[in-house]
Amino acid sequence: MKALTLEHLNKTYKGGVVALRDVNLTVDQGDFFGLLGPNGAGKSTLIGIISSLVTKTSGRVAVFDHDLDRHPWEAKASLGLVPQEFNFNNFETVEQIVLNQAGYYGIRRGVARQRAERYLRELGLWEKRRAVSRTLSGGMKRRLMIARALVHEPRLLILDEPTAGVDIELRRSMWQFLRDINRADGVTIILTTHYLEEAENLCRNIAIIDEGRIIEHTDTQSLLTRLNTHEFVLDLTAPLDSLPAGFPFQTQQIAPRQLEVQVGRDQTLTELFLELERTGIQVSSMKNKSNRLEELFLRLLRGDSDTGTASGG
Amino acid sequence: MYQQRTLIALATIARKEAQRYLRIWVQTLLPPAITMALYFVIFGNLIGPRIGTMDGHTYIDFIVPGIIMMAVITNSYSNVVSSFFGAKFQRHVEEILVSPTPNSVILLGYISGGVSRGLLTGLIVTLVSLIFTRLPIHSIPVTVSVVFLTSVLFSLGGFINAVFARKFDDISIVPVFILTPLTYLGGVFYSINLLPDFWRMVSMANPVLYMVNAFRYGFLGASDIDIWLAYGLILIFIAILAGFAMYLLHRGVGLRS
Repeated sequence: MKALTLEHLNKTYKGGVVALRDVNLTVDQGDFFGLLGPNGAGKSTLIGIISSLVTKTSGRVAVFDHDLDRHPWEAKASLGLVPQEFNFNNFETVEQIVLNQAGYYGIRRGVARQRAERYLRELGLWEKRRAVSRTLSGGMKRRLMIARALVHEPRLLILDEPTAGVDIELRRSMWQFLRDINRADGVTIILTTHYLEEAENLCRNIAIIDEGRIIEHTDTQSLLTRLNTHEFVLDLTAPLDSLPAGFPFQTQQIAPRQLEVQVGRDQTLTELFLELERTGIQVSSMKNKSNRLEELFLRLLRGDSDTGTASGG
Repeated sequence: MYQQRTLIALATIARKEAQRYLRIWVQTLLPPAITMALYFVIFGNLIGPRIGTMDGHTYIDFIVPGIIMMAVITNSYSNVVSSFFGAKFQRHVEEILVSPTPNSVILLGYISGGVSRGLLTGLIVTLVSLIFTRLPIHSIPVTVSVVFLTSVLFSLGGFINAVFARKFDDISIVPVFILTPLTYLGGVFYSINLLPDFWRMVSMANPVLYMVNAFRYGFLGASDIDIWLAYGLILIFIAILAGFAMYLLHRGVGLRS
């Protein structure tokens, strides 16, 4: 079953700005799906239409086969939204915000209280349940938005840049929480993010949107295997005067103690290490030059047809 | 099942609205009590005895229903306009918009908040008035139905104002420049029978006059206008404003881009 179906979706804002152009997209039930794109690509408009905050110009949206126009209750009840910006009442307590949200979905107070406790505990907010929301830290506010979006137990959860401005520790714990609800509870997740590392780590499938069009829609691994090379930065134990002749890897010396090496798809890291040993180059540490998906993403946005030439590491 | 869920959603919005104005009772419930008490002191006790009777009643008895109605009108209106605009401004209205709550329930929920605050304020002002006079009641059904319907009508007005408002100034323009003059000229402090024919005719175009007079009829059994005409006008206005508010919600005016 498809968790989300978008057919021929178009959006033109007043004033003639075209935000979406004939978008067709499906997301499978149980998927962890990444929606990527630069600022102004149409991501927020797309999420706005799915969550009924933006009126579409034409097209069809279905959530778990429930048409959003014809069966809005069923479609909306299946959907949870964590928006990019904080949009809760600053004068209500954490508990009131979550309980009220459950009420809007027709969930009885008793059931809502049990669920609120579960999600507030899981997200580390239970001790803060009586705190007025405006007194929370940024990270707590992010987690409150997730708890609020989950209290009606949606089958599809959409998160719009959920870790923006969140410190690394909290980001990692949120990743784990999202993985858990995706795997254990079977919640389908659609994630938009600017952290491509996040998409590479979490998402099984990815769509890239640019100028209102879906320009790529595939599984993350297929996308990454389209890269012909991986690029690494090697820190050396001693300065290197010059690169040894006949070194079989494309290499560039970027500092006396630093090399940038490209490993092709037909080469292995073992071969690289053997070659380094043969030439007497001692390596103290090694790291990816940059996020692989990021490289590919930039290539796609630039419209490079041969993404295989993209470097990565 | 569907009905039960929509009732829970309605109760949630109504409860949230009541919690809002009760939480800030110093701003919402106390000021009308003080302001109206001052009206009773100045116009009822100090100036009233010099005026004598109005339509056969002491002046304080004459103005009490109008003053109660004035409090109900302004509080019903201001509760919905400030709450719904605040929800738009802080964007927490999106909590409801993404939920399956039908538009009719959203409207009813906010109206219930305005009505409950309007009626509670009316009750407080009524209790304050009892310090100054023994208020007669001619017809409880008329009194209750007119105050309820009027509260619904002005809550709807507040909702529509909030939908169109883009900044805080926009929610004070209507109360200051339209609502207050209409209320003061709506026969709260005088009988329109005292006016020259021309101004009497002009006053008849003021819808607030009908509500104040119908409400006064409930207390005193006296009115400048036909009470059934008042009911008819109030109901017609409610139908028009409710229909317009639903149209705005359906189109997402001021709410959806």
